[in-house]
Amino acid sequence: MTVAGSSLERIGQLTLKVLDEVGQLALLVAAMGRNVLSRPWAFRLHFKQMEEVGTKSIPVVLITGLSTGMVLALQSYNGFQRFRAESLVGTVVALSMTRELGPVLTGLMVAGRAGAAMAAELGTMRVTEQIDALASMGVNPVKYLVFPRFVAGVLMLPILTVLADWIGIVGGYFVSVRLLDVNSTVYIRRTLDYLEVNDVYGGLLKAVIFGGIISLISCHRGFTAGGGAEGVGQATTGAVVTSCVLILISDYFLTALLY
Amino acid sequence: MRADSDLGLFPDGVVVLSAMIEFQDVHKSFNSKVVLAGVDLTVERGETMVVIGGSGSGKSVLLKHVVGLMRPDQGRVIVDGADVTALNEAALTELRKKFGVLFQGAALFDSLSVWENVGFPLTQHTRLSAREIREVAREKLALVGLKGVEDLMPSELSGGMKKRVGLARAIAHDPEILLYDEPTTGLDPIMADVINELIIRLKQQLKVTSIAITHDMTSAYKIADRIAMLYQGKIQEVGTSDEIRHSPNPIVHQFITGSAEGPIAVA
Repeated sequence: MTVAGSSLERIGQLTLKVLDEVGQLALLVAAMGRNVLSRPWAFRLHFKQMEEVGTKSIPVVLITGLSTGMVLALQSYNGFQRFRAESLVGTVVALSMTRELGPVLTGLMVAGRAGAAMAAELGTMRVTEQIDALASMGVNPVKYLVFPRFVAGVLMLPILTVLADWIGIVGGYFVSVRLLDVNSTVYIRRTLDYLEVNDVYGGLLKAVIFGGIISLISCHRGFTAGGGAEGVGQATTGAVVTSCVLILISDYFLTALLY
Repeated sequence: MRADSDLGLFPDGVVVLSAMIEFQDVHKSFNSKVVLAGVDLTVERGETMVVIGGSGSGKSVLLKHVVGLMRPDQGRVIVDGADVTALNEAALTELRKKFGVLFQGAALFDSLSVWENVGFPLTQHTRLSAREIREVAREKLALVGLKGVEDLMPSELSGGMKKRVGLARAIAHDPEILLYDEPTTGLDPIMADVINELIIRLKQQLKVTSIAITHDMTSAYKIADRIAMLYQGKIQEVGTSDEIRHSPNPIVHQFITGSAEGPIAVA
């Protein structure tokens, strides 16, 4: 009884915690919706966040995309060779990158980089009363801090994903054609013949949703941080872990829905 | 409802009172911990009210209710005739423009320079140019005794300088009400006195209404028109510095003399 009881209790607590967080996120979105249309517009804040989330993530996204495309080409070449289908390597790389690996890996990398930074910065602002200071000066903290980060996430993730897709395909081409002696014309033909615009669009739509997830979760964790440096650390870890898990879970359902 | 709170109530709900800030039976709990258990306190216009009490006695919580950063579980907070607890977001934003708040750690924005910090309320609520705002910031910084620090970042300032920059920011938009959260805590005695002098000078020059919370009795006696003691979620006594100093109330007596012996339980 006690073992079953305590594990039931734990499941109940977890459910309550998840529902509580979902509710708070909904309130955050609602607060954003209420305030976005009022002045001042604060474009400078938006551009700054786009730089933080977008521009500064370019190197890490390029490295991830390049490495993934190259490894993918190498692995699928080795596998496909067994039944003489080496010519399909280009197709596999292009489809995998655009539909799946481009958006997901970009999302995970940005969650680790920009999401962690958002949670840490807002968490520090919370525990040093800077968020209270904003509010006490008649500035809405959600509009001033959360909205620019949300916009940056939603806009920048697809752009980063395009970069990851592109460099992954280039990396795959390089490995196949230069290192593994696949015919260049065949590789390009096979890539273009089977890749559809909808593959790319689907991946970009995923990226938009991942960007929203990262910004919302990270800002919310930062906003609700408490208890000094330790609290900020927990908020940062929580933001990255929760964002990554949600990206992976939603990726499955988005794939099922989109294709 | 008490009879006296009905007096002066117009049909549209606007309360006309001479007091600038009025707490009416304010209750606040966090989870099951009761922090405020029915606070009644009135702060007159132009008055400096100092709220004293031990660490964790709910002084900061009390202050946050004035600006609507927290909402009471029960009771009302009236500021300049408006019930803070009943205002919507837009009205609250408007009301907050009357306030200047000095936070305990100054709460300067790390990413902005000193003058951008001081000018922040103006950047948000006026159409002044950057050059005009910089000029105002320079004036306010001079008022708190700081010169040539406009372009420094908050991380380059000492604790005392941060507090003074925080004070300059609090008065940048010429507020009617100033709230001080432990203005002298963590400062050396001389710097603490500089801050005390500043608070007194601001009161005389700007004619503001102030609430300061502190457990520094030297500071309290110096800046207060009246002192209120908060203990166990309630205001135990309100009076002038002299009345508090000679209070027969054992709780007040123990606190102001800083004794470990007495009715206040030391955990």
